Amino acid sequence: MKTLISTSVRAAVAAAFVAVAAPASASGEGSHIERQSWTFSGPFGQYDKQQLQRGFQVYKEVCSSCHSLHLIAFRNLAEPGALGYSEDQVKALAAQYTVQDGPNDDGDMFERSAKPSDHFPAPFPNKQAAMVANGGSYPPDLSLIAKARAVERGFPWFVIDAFTQYQEQGPDYIHALLNGYEDIPEDVEIPDGKYYNTSFLGGDAIGMPPPLFEDLVEYADGSPQTVEQYSQDVSAFLMWAAEPKLEERKKIGFRVMIFLLVFANLLYFTKKKIWRNIGH
Amino acid sequence: MEMGEATRRDFLYIATGAVGAVGVGALAWPFVSQMNPDASALALASIEVDVSNVAEGQQIKVMWRGKPLFIRSRTDKEIEEAKAIDLADLRDPVARNMNLAEDAPATDENRAAGGVEGTAAEYGEKLLIMIGVCTHLGCIPIGEAGDFDGWFCPCHGSHYDTAGRIRKGPAPENLHIPPYQFISDTVVKIG
Amino acid sequence: MAGHSTYVPQSKATRWLETRLPIISLVRGSFVDFPTPKNLNYWWTFGGIAAIVLVAQIVTGVVLVMHYTGHVDMAFNSVEHIMRDVNYGWLMRYLHANGASMFFIAVYIHIFRGLYYGSYKAPREISWILGVVIFLLMMATAFMGYVLPWGQMSFWGATVITNLFTAIPLVGESITHWLWGGFAVGNPTLNRFFSLHYLLPFMILGVVMLHIWAFHTTGNNNPTGVDPKSDKDTVPFHPYYTMKDLFAIVVFLLLFAWFVFYVPNYMGHPDNYTEADPLVTPAHIVPEWYFLPFYAILRAIPDKLGGVVAMFGAIAVLFILPWLDTSRVRSATYRPVYKQFFWIFAIVCVFLGWLGSKPAEGWYVYAARICTAYYFIHFLIILALLGFFEKPKALPASINEAVLAKNGNGQPSGAAAAPETKA
Repeated sequence: MKTLISTSVRAAVAAAFVAVAAPASASGEGSHIERQSWTFSGPFGQYDKQQLQRGFQVYKEVCSSCHSLHLIAFRNLAEPGALGYSEDQVKALAAQYTVQDGPNDDGDMFERSAKPSDHFPAPFPNKQAAMVANGGSYPPDLSLIAKARAVERGFPWFVIDAFTQYQEQGPDYIHALLNGYEDIPEDVEIPDGKYYNTSFLGGDAIGMPPPLFEDLVEYADGSPQTVEQYSQDVSAFLMWAAEPKLEERKKIGFRVMIFLLVFANLLYFTKKKIWRNIGH
Repeated sequence: MEMGEATRRDFLYIATGAVGAVGVGALAWPFVSQMNPDASALALASIEVDVSNVAEGQQIKVMWRGKPLFIRSRTDKEIEEAKAIDLADLRDPVARNMNLAEDAPATDENRAAGGVEGTAAEYGEKLLIMIGVCTHLGCIPIGEAGDFDGWFCPCHGSHYDTAGRIRKGPAPENLHIPPYQFISDTVVKIG
Repeated sequence: MAGHSTYVPQSKATRWLETRLPIISLVRGSFVDFPTPKNLNYWWTFGGIAAIVLVAQIVTGVVLVMHYTGHVDMAFNSVEHIMRDVNYGWLMRYLHANGASMFFIAVYIHIFRGLYYGSYKAPREISWILGVVIFLLMMATAFMGYVLPWGQMSFWGATVITNLFTAIPLVGESITHWLWGGFAVGNPTLNRFFSLHYLLPFMILGVVMLHIWAFHTTGNNNPTGVDPKSDKDTVPFHPYYTMKDLFAIVVFLLLFAWFVFYVPNYMGHPDNYTEADPLVTPAHIVPEWYFLPFYAILRAIPDKLGGVVAMFGAIAVLFILPWLDTSRVRSATYRPVYKQFFWIFAIVCVFLGWLGSKPAEGWYVYAARICTAYYFIHFLIILALLGFFEKPKALPASINEAVLAKNGNGQPSGAAAAPETKA
């Protein structure tokens, strides 16, 4: 009975959201950022663990050669609401990496294989080294990139977004950026060593060469090995990296909302009872 | 009639109050919980130590959960001294070994690494792994010191013997032994 | 605050306490027996809502300080440590970050309620001025709090706002260096802002108590603006307003929870998820939404000192508002012309906020100038003239009568109220 009620409440609330959200998703507003459908959007959104694992694979095999992920520890991958790996899997994964530790008893720094409590090692020792290796462009750290990038939505969308719970500007942007490489139009000048991208927030020319190609990463679960799929998956993974507590947040949020609704109703009737003989 | 309405009103007030109390209780939990050790602290809660290069008569100190661990390879003389003591003379008759039952007696066998399952025989009697924190008020005792050739805490004068058992001074308990296990012939996982 | 309690200690212990520290009668007089106009509408609940949010901010803030590190090299990462590792840290931080916005929402509604119903007029000038002091302290607190996560917006917001002081002739630069503790925003700045961000909320709490003391001395204003004349006009604060306020607070918490749990970064800016970099300025720097109207006023004036003066003037004018309004009728309910101007003013303020979020170029600048001019004209000219030219409606004889008239079960109140009409 209890589950029936909670299911029907969820269904009703979800239906209400779909009804409100539908017109908004047809937005665009002249912007070239296309909204994607994400499993983690909306009040009951949760990460698709398979997708996160694929996205992590893309990060590991492609992005990580230039982009660090310094806020993420290996242990995070096995936490609740994360990629669904077991602790042993994470231990084995961490062991593939080498990190610097020390000093030891002789006063020397030394290399050892990583432990789950270590963070992902960065591809470059510092920002300057990263810039020199990348033609003067700094490949930003990706830990928070999904929350650190958004295209301005303009009126009235920025108002509507508060009600439709649109919080996926970041992954939408990353997806658009990864699919935004095009041939240079005749009226656009792109400096040497830069690439033309229609979605890049910083202008037409981006320092990052097109990173994804068909069949670049071999998926074990039979998902299509296309740029579209890769960019979806890695965007989802980066959203998790930026907001690892999203599932817990939305779960607790639903309980809090139900509680507050019940409590508000009780208080309303209590207040009404108290005031029943007082004109006001 | 009047009675009925009063009851209904009381019920409403009580229900409102009860729901409010539940809410306050649920709200309080995150504020209490946030002070517990966080995920990064828990991740470091276990360490792995290679004990093969601790020479006889030497002690190494490693950090575990923000506290020092004493890992000592004892000499034959020290082991003999520790075994010679009559259990009845001990201040604290319990082993304080987190790998054993809570009431295990404080024999030398129960203190040394041999008391823990899976320890290689060559370390069994020699090796002593303890939390290097005085059970009095948390200072760090000095090694190879005190009236019993074990450890001596300079803060308030507690003397421990060569098995880390309290013999004299204000400390109430033997030095604690952390949970550990050999995961290979020479590597101990602590915590 | 006291003086309204009929409390007589019943037990020996309470009698003992009362003769030494009359705290029970103080609390009872202020929050239990306090006679409150019975016609307060829901706009009156926002003072209590703001007070609750202030307490919530202090509680979550104290928690965050337990995990935050105030150093330029570690501040940003320590906030992420809170978000990722600390138990319920994400909840604490999102509550605190969105709580700031909620505090401003409640306070802005509270201020506009005061403007609409003339709550700043005699004898409540001190309550109003203390309220403006709270508003100023809030803005300082919110600004310094926004610097603490040490993101790009933190750093550049701090740089821009502290640079306002360079507009002061002669000593501007020295003052700015003094504020920074260096020659740019840096670690000394972060640490002093951290210290003051912790201190100011408790000062706000102190001024809030004075604020309550002041309007409990004069008695609450109410939607008619007519002072209570008899017991028929008031009800004791408890349980009538404790329950009404509590209901409103819980409804407000629904809004709060919506933001915290579903759109926690809606009020924030993406650039603040990038660590501060003194070498790179973001494309355009936007303050938090609650500063936007004032930011628009700052940029509307094409002169550095002039802009700063206008911005501070926009708040300073609130201090003298009780003496700018020449009408003696308090409530806009009985002021047909003022009511129109009130809504125009409210729309202008919201529009200024929107302009503040836009780049200072093209027609935005002209719109901002017109709105800025109107902002000051409203306070300095319109309010002065209305008192002479507006013909107010007939005031009710008492709150009770207004309530009876509204509920349609009293005698025709208009006629009886006629003698009260302002000349």
